[in-house]
Amino acid sequence: MAPQLAITLVFFYWPAGQALYQSMLRQDPFGLRTRFVWFANFRKVLADPAYLNSIQVTVVFSLATAIVAMVVALLLAVMAEKAVRGKGLYRTLLIWPYAVAPAIAGMLWLFLFNPSIGSLAYLLRSLGIAWDPLLNGTHAMILLVSAAAWKQISYNFLFFVAGLQAVPKTLIEAAAMDGAGETKRFWTIVFPLLAPTTFFLLVVNTVYALFDTFGIVHAVTGGGPGKATETLVYKVYNDGFVNLILGDSAAQSVILMAIVIALTAIQFRYVERKVHYG
Amino acid sequence: MIGQSPLRTFIAHAVLILGILIVAFPIYYTFVASTHTLQTILRPPLPLLPGGQLWNNYSEALFGGIGRIGGVSVGQLLLNTTIMALGVAVGKICISILSAYAIVFFRFPLRMTFFWLIFITLMLPVEVRILPTYKVMVDLGMIDTYAGLIIPLIASATATLLFRQFFMTIPGELVEAARVDGAGPWRFFFDILLPLSRTNIAALFVILFIYGWTQYLWPLLVTNSNDMNTIVIALRKMVSFADADTEWHLVMVTAMLAIVPPILVVVLMQRWFVRGLVESEK
Amino acid sequence: MATVDLRDVKKVYPSGVEAVKGVSIAIPDKELCVLVGPSGCGKSTLLRMIAGLETISAGTVAIDGKVVNAIGPTERDIAMVFQNYALYPHMKVYDNMAYGLRNRGTPKDEIDSRVRSTAKVLELSALLDRRPRELSGGQRQRVAMGRAIVRNPKIFLFDEPLSNLDAKLRGQMRVEIKNLQRTLGVTSVYVTHDQLEAMTLADILVVMNAGLVEQTGAPLDVYEKPASTFVASFIGAPPMNLLALTGSSSGPMLADGTAIGFAAPETQAVTLGFRPEDADVTFNAEALPGALVLPATVEAVEPVGAESFLHCAAAGSRIIVRVSGRATAKPGDQLRVVAKAERLHWFDQAGKRVD
Repeated sequence: MAPQLAITLVFFYWPAGQALYQSMLRQDPFGLRTRFVWFANFRKVLADPAYLNSIQVTVVFSLATAIVAMVVALLLAVMAEKAVRGKGLYRTLLIWPYAVAPAIAGMLWLFLFNPSIGSLAYLLRSLGIAWDPLLNGTHAMILLVSAAAWKQISYNFLFFVAGLQAVPKTLIEAAAMDGAGETKRFWTIVFPLLAPTTFFLLVVNTVYALFDTFGIVHAVTGGGPGKATETLVYKVYNDGFVNLILGDSAAQSVILMAIVIALTAIQFRYVERKVHYG
Repeated sequence: MIGQSPLRTFIAHAVLILGILIVAFPIYYTFVASTHTLQTILRPPLPLLPGGQLWNNYSEALFGGIGRIGGVSVGQLLLNTTIMALGVAVGKICISILSAYAIVFFRFPLRMTFFWLIFITLMLPVEVRILPTYKVMVDLGMIDTYAGLIIPLIASATATLLFRQFFMTIPGELVEAARVDGAGPWRFFFDILLPLSRTNIAALFVILFIYGWTQYLWPLLVTNSNDMNTIVIALRKMVSFADADTEWHLVMVTAMLAIVPPILVVVLMQRWFVRGLVESEK
Repeated sequence: MATVDLRDVKKVYPSGVEAVKGVSIAIPDKELCVLVGPSGCGKSTLLRMIAGLETISAGTVAIDGKVVNAIGPTERDIAMVFQNYALYPHMKVYDNMAYGLRNRGTPKDEIDSRVRSTAKVLELSALLDRRPRELSGGQRQRVAMGRAIVRNPKIFLFDEPLSNLDAKLRGQMRVEIKNLQRTLGVTSVYVTHDQLEAMTLADILVVMNAGLVEQTGAPLDVYEKPASTFVASFIGAPPMNLLALTGSSSGPMLADGTAIGFAAPETQAVTLGFRPEDADVTFNAEALPGALVLPATVEAVEPVGAESFLHCAAAGSRIIVRVSGRATAKPGDQLRVVAKAERLHWFDQAGKRVD
């Protein structure tokens, strides 16, 4: 127990405290003097159009990634439930991307879609689409979402399969005897029973899209073109390590912590409720 | 099971195969690219089948090629990454299992306070606290060290929680039976608890190994020297789409080397991995 | 080999709940003492205090005359059979049985010979290489017993060891435990909530309720002379019929006003009881001096085979009468329930027996 506490204190609480402290300091341009400014950094950050833009980018990116990854995964999981034969093989073939680092996922997709040598970009252009993720912000976002969602399909797939297996077969049989067709059975029985899994995955995917995708953004677009794909985490990094605006970066860190705590709290409240319902 | 028409079964298989194509294609294409010459890669579209350069590219990359572009030998990169992944996995498992053991089986003052101290860390991934944690690393002189790569990532509560949950399912009678049988706390831990946790440990190992292997932001910050780069970081440094000199065929080999080990771990330990994943998160 | 002496033992939990409120029991060497009572009466807590798994809040527990309050379970030289068996799931039967011996540093060949001879006694020899999950409930139960026996301890402790078995197996194991305990001659404490198990197994029966001992004694003594209404209704199936009394100038009366026709042994008696088998029914109306006679209506008949139970409404409450063989009465019949005066039990305001 002691080792974990020590590590937690040194690498977690100490930095978190630092972040809080830093977030209320401001350095003059020459780095000579530091002033304690209370919440001025927060006010400044929250009033900064670049930060607001970054929030918007993050929301769009996270939701799009979560939804794409979940829809595809659910479809595959439902199909895998139906395909009695070869289920294990399909599963093996579908879980690969989980092991791929987000940054590498981003690079692979960029390799496929970059305008100069990407084979699929070539395909798109030959179809008459002026595809250029390096200059067009929307295209860049689409590319990021694809790469991020692609990597997350495996994870969602496994959970949906587990969720589907937990749906009692007798319920489905009862519904069949009540005259519900296959499609109707899915939407009226199976899907509602999957709601806990779906909700859980929504939270997990959002958290994933918020944080773990830093690698994708950094490797693929570097936040560009312009600031079209600058997510919150990327901005913390950029302001703190590249532009060295420590106060702002710390304030952003604190805001991020608040967001994660809120998300986790939602998740735990929900998990608790699930326990009550058995 | 309710019977279903052959047509629906066929559709199911078709959709699955399409899914697999989407999922596997980027990896497959990377492999294809790693077997062609630079010239072929630079002139899209790239053929869908592997080329004849497999041997040439891989031997060139392994014996100096990657070192030439990345500045570090590929062996060093893989070693760094492996050390980091293993360090994170083993370290996390060790400290979590001990903490969980203490929390579940011992009564001591402030027990719940400690539990909550650890529990809260669950909520804050390293990405959120990069800057302050980085400062601590600088102050402690841990930049460009393995310890610096590994230790901050160990301090998270997920694994502790998982073990805690598992330990709480162990019936109290079993603990008492061991006491009556004369097993002290350490005996109990090694003779009973560890063997019972084997599956959980294996599952967590896979998940944490992947976690360690795929880290990006942290190694990017903590390593200044190329010698300490992980393969993922090195790969990122090699790739430049603006630069016409990028030796894509070698980059692709590096990409394969960065992807294959964790995929092997996941596929070979699939059974543990799937169980661990679904159980640890629920 | 060993005696167990509990003297005014109390257990108070930190929450303030008093689970055991002062219990004294003396168990002579080689005897089997059964603690019986409803759930929550403190019997398991008491057992765990003897085992050293719970601290003792007050009083003393002595084994062989030596107070062991401050000694851990390992040093008390006891063995315990748990309700859910608590077999180590990852160890084979052999290792489950050997584990306690190994922890005590017993030489290897001695462990081996002891495990094998114990396995033989319990007919487990063929199962030594199996793991607990590959065994049936009865087999697991045997392994749990084996794990206790192999240690050759001073005292056996049993915590509801048969409650997870089906009725038939339970009957078998009951006999087996009794025989083993007698052959091995090990002082034992056995906890159960099943009064039948308690009656058949015990040398000394201890009936507990709400953290206190209601009665201690040989099983049949307890059955024939229950010390309180609680014991009367807890021991025996179906339980003793209890009827409330009200005093009047002409002697005691039942609650509905029926005079009982003779004097109670004690004037403070407020409850009267008789066992189902100590009563009979009659359709005749002759006078029966020196017996309790209750007009009754049959509500249900339960034929069990060798005997039948008549559930009757009488004197404003429900009573059960046992008749041997087939019952001639049918639901709805009006008849008279007759109990001989010397087979009646009397209890005072506090529920204590008065004679």
